[in-house]
Parts: sequence; C-alpha cells; structure tokens
Amino acid sequence: MTDKTATFTELYMSRYLLAGLAMLASASGLGAQQRATPVQPTVIRNATVLTVTQGTLESTDVLLENGRIARIGRNVQAPSGARIVDGTGKYLLPGIIDAHSHAMSDAINEGSLSVTSMTRIQDVLNPTAGNLYRILAGGVTTLHILHGSANSIGGQNAVVKLKFGRSLDEMMFPGAMPGIKFALGENPKRASRAPQRGETARYPATRMGVEAVIRDAFTRARDYKRDWDEYRAAVARRDARAVPPRRDLELEPLVEIIEGKRWVHAHSYRSDEILMLLQLADEFGFRIRTLQHVLEGFKVASEIAAHGAMASTFADNWSYKIEAYDAIPHNAAVMTSHGVVVSLNSDSDERARRMNIEAAKMVKYGGLSDDEALKLVTYNPALQLGIQDRVGSIEVGKDADVVLWSQHPLSVYAVAEMTFIDGEVFFDRSQEATRLARLEQERRELEQAEPNRGPAPAAARGAGSNRQGGSR
Amino acid sequence: MRRAPRYLALALGAALTAAVAAPIGAQAYQVTSVGDQGTYVIRGARIVTLNGPDIENGTVVIRNGRIEAVGASVQVPANARLIEAAGLTVYPGMMDAATNMGLVEIPQGANPTVDLSEPGDFNPQARAIVAIHPHSQHFAVSRMVGVTSVVSMPRGGLIAGQAATINLAGSANADFALTPHAALVINLPRTGGGGFGFGGGFGGFGGGGSNQANRDKQLADLRSILRDAESYGRAHAAYAADRRLPRPAEDVVLASLVPYVRGERPVIFGADRAADIRSAVQFATEMNLKPIIMGGTEAYLVTDLLRQRDVPVILTSVLRQPAREDDPYSLNYETAGKLHRAGVRFSISTGNDGSSVRDLPFHAGMASAHGLPKGEALKAVTLAPAQIMNVADRIGSIEVGKVANIVVTDGDLLEPRTNTRYLFIDGRPIELTSRHEELYKEFRDRKRPVITP
Repeated sequence: MTDKTATFTELYMSRYLLAGLAMLASASGLGAQQRATPVQPTVIRNATVLTVTQGTLESTDVLLENGRIARIGRNVQAPSGARIVDGTGKYLLPGIIDAHSHAMSDAINEGSLSVTSMTRIQDVLNPTAGNLYRILAGGVTTLHILHGSANSIGGQNAVVKLKFGRSLDEMMFPGAMPGIKFALGENPKRASRAPQRGETARYPATRMGVEAVIRDAFTRARDYKRDWDEYRAAVARRDARAVPPRRDLELEPLVEIIEGKRWVHAHSYRSDEILMLLQLADEFGFRIRTLQHVLEGFKVASEIAAHGAMASTFADNWSYKIEAYDAIPHNAAVMTSHGVVVSLNSDSDERARRMNIEAAKMVKYGGLSDDEALKLVTYNPALQLGIQDRVGSIEVGKDADVVLWSQHPLSVYAVAEMTFIDGEVFFDRSQEATRLARLEQERRELEQAEPNRGPAPAAARGAGSNRQGGSR
Repeated sequence: MRRAPRYLALALGAALTAAVAAPIGAQAYQVTSVGDQGTYVIRGARIVTLNGPDIENGTVVIRNGRIEAVGASVQVPANARLIEAAGLTVYPGMMDAATNMGLVEIPQGANPTVDLSEPGDFNPQARAIVAIHPHSQHFAVSRMVGVTSVVSMPRGGLIAGQAATINLAGSANADFALTPHAALVINLPRTGGGGFGFGGGFGGFGGGGSNQANRDKQLADLRSILRDAESYGRAHAAYAADRRLPRPAEDVVLASLVPYVRGERPVIFGADRAADIRSAVQFATEMNLKPIIMGGTEAYLVTDLLRQRDVPVILTSVLRQPAREDDPYSLNYETAGKLHRAGVRFSISTGNDGSSVRDLPFHAGMASAHGLPKGEALKAVTLAPAQIMNVADRIGSIEVGKVANIVVTDGDLLEPRTNTRYLFIDGRPIELTSRHEELYKEFRDRKRPVITP
C-alpha cells in the first residue's frame, strides 16, 4: 500500500515537474523564438467574405500579412512565400469573440467576501487547458474571461486571444480595456448555497443587501479617491507636509471605475436588479459597460439604452433557475431594436464551440438580419471590450483574426475549417489527423518515459485488481 | 429559403376550390391554442415523408387526427380547411426520446417543481405518465421548432421508474399519451474504478464509478428483484388460469416490473462508456430484457455487439464535450455518422430535462455537419426514435394512417434560421405561440416612463 502510494506520488510530482519545465521553456526561450520568426503571409482566394461591418463581398481575396488584414479585393497579389488557401464556395468571417467565458480558469470564485475587487482572473489562467483547442475549432479567436458571480463585486477580468500552445503573455489581448465582474440576484445572495455547519451566513442575503454592498463599496471608493485627489493636489502645490494615503487594493479598481478607466461587466437577470444597478451607477457617476446575461433585459431595454449600457446575453438558455424563468429568446433582438449594443456569450466551454448556431437562432427569434446576428458574436463583443479597432470585423488594417467556414456560418451544417489569429493558423481541420497522430505518439513517449512508468510488478501483485489503464 | 408570405393565397385557395370552406391562419387560432381534429389540407408543399421519396409538389390530407392521404395528386375533400403551402416544406414532427419533459420545470432553487427521482435504488412503480405536468411551459417552447413528441422519464437509483412517450399537446394524460408505459429506466452501476468522471449529465455517467464490491452487490440486488418479478408474474398468471391455486399477494413494485421482465416492453439503460454499454447488453441478455442504450457516447466502439444484438441507441452526446483532453475535438459530433455507417439503429436526443429540448434539430444538424448524411440526420429525430420506442406505426413519417404530427416550415427543419409556419399534433392545429412569444409581445415596444422634473 505504502509502496503504491509512493509510486503514485512520484508519478504526479514528476508530471508537474515536466509540465513546469515545459511552461518555463515556452515562456522564455521558445516563445521568444516564435515571436522573432516572421509569420508566413496567407492569401485566401475567392471566398465569400462576411465583413460584418461592410456587408458581404462575393468572390473576394483577403491577404493576411504581418499579423494584419493587409488587403481585401479581387486578384490580390500574393507576396512571395505566401500560403494560398482556396476559399471557393467557403465563407470568411471575423473570429468569433465569446463575451463571457470561464475557460482556462483554474479558479472562478473568490467567494469568501462579497467584494473581491482586488482579485484578478489573470492570475489563475491556464494556457494549456485542452478545451481551448475545441473552442478554436468552433471558430472562436477571443475570449472574455470573467470572475464568477458569487460576489456583488467580483474580480478583475482578462481578455485573451486564443493562441493555444503559446504562453499566457502571448495570449493576453494587448490594449483591451481593464474590466471587472459585478453580480446581482440569486448568486451574490448565495441563494443556492446554504451555510455549512459552523459557518456564518455571508452578507448579503437579499437583493437589498446586494445594493447596499455595492453602495457601501463605492461610497468608500469615493472617499478614497478624495484622499488621493487631495494628496496629489497638495503635492502639486509643493506642500511638504503631504502624506500619501495608504493604498487600498480593494478600492483602487473601484476608483478606476469611477474615473472610467475600468469597465463594469455586471451579471444580472431580473429587470428590477438591472434598474437598481443602472440607477446606482448614475448616482455615482459611472457607466455600466455591459450587463451580462441580462435575461430580463427585454423588459427594461429602453432604460438600458438610456443609461448607455451594452448587453451580453444567452441566445435561448432559460428555465434553469427561477431568475431565468422569464428569459426569452427574443431578448437580443428586443434590446437591439431599442438601440442597445448586444452580444451573445457562451458562459460554457461546450456552448462556446457553436456560437455561430447561437447567433443563427437570433434570426428566427425577433427577426434580426444575418449581419445583425453575426455582429452579436463578432463586432459587438469587440465593442463591449474596447477592442473594436483591432478585431470584430474584416477590414484592412485590423488584426488577421479570421475563420474560414465550409458554408455560411449561420448554417447548422457549417464547420470551421481554419482559424487564424494575428495571421497565424491555430486550427486547421485538414491537419487534424496529423495533429492527432502526433499527440498519440507524444502520449506513448510520455507513458514510456522513466518517471511515468507504472508501479513495479511486485508492488502491484496481490490486490486482485487490473483496474489500471484506460477503460475503453 | 425564408419568409414566404404566411397566408399567401388563402382567399385564393377558397376561390379556386369551391369545396373548401374556411381557410386557416392566425385568426383561426385565437380562441384556444389547440384546435379541433377536423379536416385539413396542406397543399402545394414539398413533402418530406421519411418513409419514401420526397414529394416536390404534394398534398397532405388530415382528418380526425390521422393522415388520410398523401401524394402529388390527391383529391381535396369537401369542407376541408386549406393551407396553401407553396414554397413551404412538410415534415413529420420531431421526437426526442430522452427527456424529463414535464417532470421538472425549474431544476435549481425550485424543488417543488421537480419530480425527477425517488429515494432508494428500486422504483419501477414511479411512472412518469402520472406526474407529467401538461401545462409545463416547456411543451409550447419545444413545439415551436417542430418537436411534437418526447419520451419523458424519471431519473436516479438503479431502477429510476417508467418512461412515457407523449405528444406535446393536451391537457390530460389521456390526451397526450402515445405509450403511457413506454420503457423501464435502469441505470446499471458503472464498471471500473472510481475517479474517471464523465462530466455529469443524463443517464448513467455522472459521478465516479462505484467500487467492485458495491457494484456486485447492486447487480445482485437488481437481478434478485427482476427474478422476483418473473416469479410474481408466473404466480399471478397461474392463479388467473386456475383460481383454485392459493391467491398470490399483490405487490405494486413487482407488478410494475412484470411486462419488462417478460420482454413485452423495452428497458432503457443509461450507459455511455463502452464497458458500461457492453455490460448493459450482457445484463439484458442474461435477464431476457429488451434493451435500449441511452447516452451512447462510446457506442462507436461497440458497434458489432449493438448490431448483432439489434440493440438501438438513443444518442444524447452529440454536443457533449469529449471526455479526454486528447480526444479529437469532433469525437462526439462524429459518433452518429459512425453508428450509421456501422448499421447500428440509433436516434439523436438532447438528453435534456425540457427547457432545451428545442435544440434537438441542432444536435442532429451538428451530427450531419460531421459525417451523418442529411436524410439520416432528419430520420434520427423523427422516424428512428419512433421505431426505437415502438410507436412508428403511429408517428415518425408522413404516411397514410399515422397520427397527424406534422410541422410545416419555410426551410430545412434542422436549420436554426428556419421558421415553423404550421403545426399539427394529433391532427389538431396548434397555435404557434408560447410563454416566450407572449412575453415578447408584451415587452418588445415598452418605453421607459418619461419623468418630467
């Protein structure tokens, strides 16, 4: 028994060691090398280009060069050494942006307090999470990764490009606006989580308490900002007695919100809590950037538009809990018609692989046009994250984050064939068999590697088990 | 593909066909959401029959709940209500053979709306048909996309209870039951050691595997109750034949098992991993049960066995994430195609509790995008589940004599942009509305109150 335990411990330790070394390698040497190598240019020939912002271009070539969309047109000349992709009969769409994801997060909720603005989701991201490749294969190139919804004011967000196989540094979206998660309703009042024995109930327990928690936090943040403003003013007039206030990592992000330097992405369901937050934000002089989920947004779309908030919702997910019972699939269309910038999101690594279908549903429910539906998963989420000058549409000068689809991406029969990010191929369906063979070989080599060998036969003998190994 | 005028030529139809009386359209549906079993004619549509070739410009006659005639040149009966369906397509309604429809309205935080599972391991007496809430909002929402029938089943334990095959319209179970006692639902204890989670979900793949000793005991208990039911059935049969014999006691639990242990009705086994599918088939063979595999994630590894024993699969895993990190990304998308090519009988299901059953066409569509021919994808959500659940004599195709579960669309039934234009369940026209449509109408034009200072 002890022998066996020891062997397993060794095994796991060595695995972590290997993984750690691999990460070090990719973070330092390898990553740097990859960056130094110029990216092979690509010309996609004769595709139907769904620009999203400039309409649909038939039989069009697109040149991806130096990480950007360099040219769009007919008979585009290919630079020497360019990869030529035949797009005949296929559709080129900007990479899909998933506006609410928890992919690659090793932790989601710091649920011990109801205000955890000091925490950062960036600190717990795992760039090697296997789901990322599947999401890439669904034509997604950018993820908005959010803290969970356990807290009235949650942690800071991260926006990443889905450069699977690279270091986290290379994945972080440069220039994305800093953001933070807020949450209203059932989750921050911990409706589905009864306190365990010996545990005191966490405040707040009602929607009244959620409002009060946020109000209290911003009241403190406003004071904290005054302290700093006064200090800076004193320094400016060369007051030798000026003493800097004590830094507060909880309140700093909230001051950034008040100053418009950090955007709020607020998980919300019911119309009353949506209005509560909009009114509170108005009172403290900041704007909610996006309401997330916002399943009853259709009931107060006019108020959302007036405040200037955007909205990121599900296509048609409903009835999974009480506050989702009035959700309707027309939500995106109604908010759009009231002038709200709407995106669709997955909030699920499974759904993230088929956001094109989620968008297509919105043509049926509420009558959005094909272009409006496509915007829900491309340009609009880009706008919500402040990255619309870089991604979200196919325009010259933008990042070469594009996906070639076998059919119109609003068709259920469409599959993503190639996913490009910054002009590099990160998913290529035609190379899938080769990739799988390579993985299989790597697995065999790892299994045969000295540190990964199973327990010695002597140790395994006895306990009548042959339960090891795969169960296929 | 879309947006053919909805009530095009209704008046025209009446004028051209003297025999035809009231044209039907939205106006006809205002009073009740479910209309009469009258005589209806759908004319000029493409008809996807499923049991034969498509009819490009055909007519379907519905009378007293049944399909009375189908074809390219069909006499339009007098006094029929006419739907001019040029540019539209007629399909049989879809069927999802693995749901908990009507047994749960809101799964989280609303326990009073949840009637899914009883405590304990053996609950064959728990019958979905007596607890399906006919006014669940999930019914209308599902049928909006053309799902007209489902199998609804309890969950949990080793014997979860009995599933019902139902139509998605009706106020009493006598209205909507197609087969009130459609199948027994068994979740065999999983094979193998613990620790290999499948990510939760429907059927027998949640949580860790049980240890071998516990599994052996559970299997022994299961065999024991099934054998008790056999004996019980024999004793009662003998007593029925000869009243001089001692009268055997009545037992609700054992009595409910009798038709299943006699092989008169099928048993649905929740099983996803290859080893669990094999052990379910072996167990069914040993106990003379008629197995259906529900789940079927790894059914592609067991195709020879499934084909040889003619065991059908209700595949609920099309959209599920592959279990292992190094599995091909498209592994579960491709399984339906593999089963088709291997000659295994299967249907595609959402495996959903109810609210997302409306995604059924997209499960089938995704399978089609990854190797399942389009026609087979359609069959996997219409005729195939009807055959697996032994209701293909009544539903699953546009065929004379069958129950008129019919959906008329403006495009490919499996495409998300397609709209349902007309819907019939049990030969009754169904108003195309739901809680969602009603809330949409109520709020879509709402403006915020203008506050004057």
